[in-house]
Amino acid sequence: MTQKSTFRTPRARVKYLGAAHSGAHHAWMMRLSTFALLPLTCAFVLIVLSLTGRDFQSARIFLGSPIVAIFMLLFVGVGVYHMTQGMQVIIEDYVHGERVKPLALMANILFGLLIGAALIYAVMRLSFT
Amino acid sequence: MAKPSPSPLEQRRPLSPHLQIYKWSPTMAASIAHRFTGAALYAGTLLLAFYLFAAAGDDRSFDFASALFSSWLGQLVLLGYTFVLMLHVMGGLRHAIWDAGKGFEAKARDRLSVGSFAGAAVLTVLLWIVSFVIR
Repeated sequence: MTQKSTFRTPRARVKYLGAAHSGAHHAWMMRLSTFALLPLTCAFVLIVLSLTGRDFQSARIFLGSPIVAIFMLLFVGVGVYHMTQGMQVIIEDYVHGERVKPLALMANILFGLLIGAALIYAVMRLSFT
Repeated sequence: MAKPSPSPLEQRRPLSPHLQIYKWSPTMAASIAHRFTGAALYAGTLLLAFYLFAAAGDDRSFDFASALFSSWLGQLVLLGYTFVLMLHVMGGLRHAIWDAGKGFEAKARDRLSVGSFAGAAVLTVLLWIVSFVIR
């Protein structure tokens, strides 16, 4: 009867694999970053719209202005966090190989860190050069 | 020798049919679209990085990126990016409404799902009209 009432596989029980107890925090952070991204995405869309038709000099001046740079930094920072957390769920849902899964999860974090650092670097460079 | 288990694993564990068994519903389409657009935006950060680095470079790199994004293929990619971003934002709003405990009735949840596609399409068209007016 006890076997019937569990969703876990016998192998997972033997290996003591179970909940990591951080799922609620993950779900809550996804909600929080969603709420933060709603206004930030509006700002991003307005920034991209303002960039249409600009030449190099005027695009530089616009992207280097404090308000634009600050909102870009916030959008990029929260956005990359949100998408990395989201991609983690996709990997957990579809990638099950014992070796592939942790590698995919690590690759996801690596991509998030790299693209996040690159985007922040580019935005800062636009302001400070 | 151990006897074969009287109730094999497949009988003891609950099984649910896979995706292709179900009839498509608006909520299902919206859910899949939300995940798909999320993954697309993940890849889309590379586009943003490409543009920002080009702008952070010199006038030649900026003109190169501008020419790429102004080409018909570039414009098509940007149009798709706009729709994907708007659809994901609509999905975020839909989930916020559901998180608030509202909109779970059969009609409301279908309306929210279809509405997110329609809303994304309308927003995309509006944004592109604005971009054509100001360019």
